[in-house]
Amino acid sequence: MSTLQVLLTVSALLFCLGLTAALTRRSVIMILIGIELMLNAANLNFIVFWRAHGDSDPSGGFMFALFGIAVAAAEAAVGLALILLVYRHYRSTRSEDLNKLKG
Amino acid sequence: MNVVLFIIAALILVGALATVCVRNLVYCALSLAATFAALGMLYLALGAEFIGWVQILVYVGAVAVLIVFVILLTAPDRMRSVGPLFSRSRILGVGVSLGVFGTIAYAVHKSGSLKGSLSMPAETDMQSIGEELLSSYLVPLEATGVLLTVALIGAVLFAREEPVEGSEESQESKD
Repeated sequence: MSTLQVLLTVSALLFCLGLTAALTRRSVIMILIGIELMLNAANLNFIVFWRAHGDSDPSGGFMFALFGIAVAAAEAAVGLALILLVYRHYRSTRSEDLNKLKG
Repeated sequence: MNVVLFIIAALILVGALATVCVRNLVYCALSLAATFAALGMLYLALGAEFIGWVQILVYVGAVAVLIVFVILLTAPDRMRSVGPLFSRSRILGVGVSLGVFGTIAYAVHKSGSLKGSLSMPAETDMQSIGEELLSSYLVPLEATGVLLTVALIGAVLFAREEPVEGSEESQESKD
């Protein structure tokens, strides 16, 4: 395997660990953490491909990763605020307790 | 094959595994911060200095700390036990993740276009990044600015304490 393939496999593992956290854990906070891990795996892919095929477009993947980080930060802020709101309403952050459409 | 890259990759995977498996949410958030830091190190080792420092600044400095704050604000939940180890949904979730990983790993392994080694891209110093951001990427930059403003105002509106009934604030809003 080339270094490129090793790094892509690492990124795939990171994505799948995030997916596992998002699918199997009960706490809403852990689901958000899993989503953050998946976003980071995507960013890692951008950087690795930029490094491997960056000759035609010297800054494309780089800029994509930069904007990805900004969007992920906004997502984390809104998601955590929503978790706080849900906790204040239900007194719980476990996903199986949040079972009403009309609060 | 670069030894440094392997060590950093191992750090990332151990951190992510700890994040997923540890039961105490505070430890989860701390290993998440370690994973983010190791990712930043990997970006530095790959030659993306600016992204590496931004990763450490934004993720380790802001997102991980924010998650720790939220865990502490929702304190009573984090000590409750997490149910049986091998519930049906948990086995299903792990199975789906393993399937996704198998598919991606197979594709990466079989693809012929990924055999090449890592080439060094053109020089990306801060000056050229700034010039690119304010010329070719001006519209995405402004859109990101608007997005961040809206998201932060929205987060503050969500997370603000509701005015208590009969307090000064709610009486003012009735007047």
